[in-house]
Amino acid sequence: MITSDSEPRASPPAELVVEGIDKWFRTDRTTTHALEDVDFRVAGGEFVCLVGPSGCGKSTLLDIIAGLTNPDKGRVLADGQLVQGPGRHRLVMFQESALFPWLNVFSNVMFGLHRKPELTNRERRAIADYHLELVGLEKYKKAYVHELSGGMKQRVALARSLAPDPRVLLMDEPLSALDAITREQLCLDIQEIWQRRRKTIVLVTHDVREAVCFADRVFLLSPSPGRLREEFRIPFARPREINSPELAHIAQRITAALKGYLGETHEAAE
Amino acid sequence: MKRMLVVAAFFLSLIALWHLATLSGRWSPILLPSPAMVGEYLWGALRDGSLIEAVEVTVRRLLIGYAIGVGLPLGLLTSTSDFFEDTVGSLALGLQTLPSVCWVPLALLWFGQTETAMLFVVVMGTVWSVLLATATGARTIPPIYARATRTMGSEGFDKWTRVILPASLPFVVSGMKQGWAFAWRSLMAAEIFVTILTGFGLGQLLQYGRELSAMDQVIGVMVVIVVIGLIADKALFSPWERFLHRRWGTGLK
Repeated sequence: MITSDSEPRASPPAELVVEGIDKWFRTDRTTTHALEDVDFRVAGGEFVCLVGPSGCGKSTLLDIIAGLTNPDKGRVLADGQLVQGPGRHRLVMFQESALFPWLNVFSNVMFGLHRKPELTNRERRAIADYHLELVGLEKYKKAYVHELSGGMKQRVALARSLAPDPRVLLMDEPLSALDAITREQLCLDIQEIWQRRRKTIVLVTHDVREAVCFADRVFLLSPSPGRLREEFRIPFARPREINSPELAHIAQRITAALKGYLGETHEAAE
Repeated sequence: MKRMLVVAAFFLSLIALWHLATLSGRWSPILLPSPAMVGEYLWGALRDGSLIEAVEVTVRRLLIGYAIGVGLPLGLLTSTSDFFEDTVGSLALGLQTLPSVCWVPLALLWFGQTETAMLFVVVMGTVWSVLLATATGARTIPPIYARATRTMGSEGFDKWTRVILPASLPFVVSGMKQGWAFAWRSLMAAEIFVTILTGFGLGQLLQYGRELSAMDQVIGVMVVIVVIGLIADKALFSPWERFLHRRWGTGLK
């Protein structure tokens, strides 16, 4: 039997291979080349951040890895298995607005667990309790979503996506809507949680600081069409402080590189 | 509690004004009976059972017609594809603009002076607004809910009952409320229009009051109709609306 203080079993993190992804968006009036030949590999348990300006196709890429969108070319493999649709082994931590307002915090976390038929209800509740404790919200089980602050909502979203025990976690700008102090704390907490419940994580953001704070490696995407341009290894030990000077230094270099790409696209447009 | 007192004081002073108006003697008591006369009628009608019976008949018709809740599933169906939106959806939009009392002549010719005719009118009054509200609700669900739902492995029936229906609840409830109002109005109109031998409802009681020039009865029945409407609103919809406000965090003071 699992009790709330014993750690629920964790699936091993999956290796992720993204191969030659091309994606076009066609409407009646315009055709947009969203992604071009995106190729990368994430080792099991690695934390990778994709950074790019808005419109560089990073959210589309996340959707493709999640299986929510099909690429026009290329493929995604999770532990050698071709990704053909959404699956519980690749869960997305959406921005706070994806929590369900008609459910309380506990039921939101239970939602994904209810879709795992192999669990008993007792196990589901224990797992949900465990994850709420993990994100520090065990006192807010019965609260409704609108009663929580932005940071707490993000914690619920994190608990909800971790509870079904995915092997890959995809994060969509988890810190971008938060104030500075909340951001700093959540940043540390996510690192700690990641070390306890090791998952392969792909995070997309436009915020370079956020990326260098979390990532083993940061990939830069340039816009229209979105292409992988450069890779930065972030060698610092964890936990990292989002406002520390050494992170600021590397963030500056990355920002400079990003500005360079933007310059290129402007020239191309002229 | 304090608000209850305010409400009570307000209505008592309205009745007092009415009483003063009858005392002034400017209007004939036949056209403007005093509150006491109306009260007397209501008391008498309560005791001889005619009022209770009429209320029973009317409320039964309304509840049965309302419970034939085809609007909800049809609305969900309409939201699933452009085809249903263009067909069922536009039909509903057209028929919703038709005042539901307009169904009365057709119902009488089809079903005769029967309970079925009454039910038909109530159903036609309700179904379109519930259908349209549900369809709108289901169609305007934030796409991010749909994406979250898919990744967490909820599909088909589970998705419809656990996500789409609850997510469109704010729309559904307001559609149900509107449907209730339409049904109540059309039923009253139908009852005033046609005598149906299987039961005398409130509308008929009102109409007899007119035929007998019994103004106390007319006003008395009108009061009863208003009170039933209020009770229905409080009993049927207030709990849902409170539920929505609590969960969605809307309309809180």
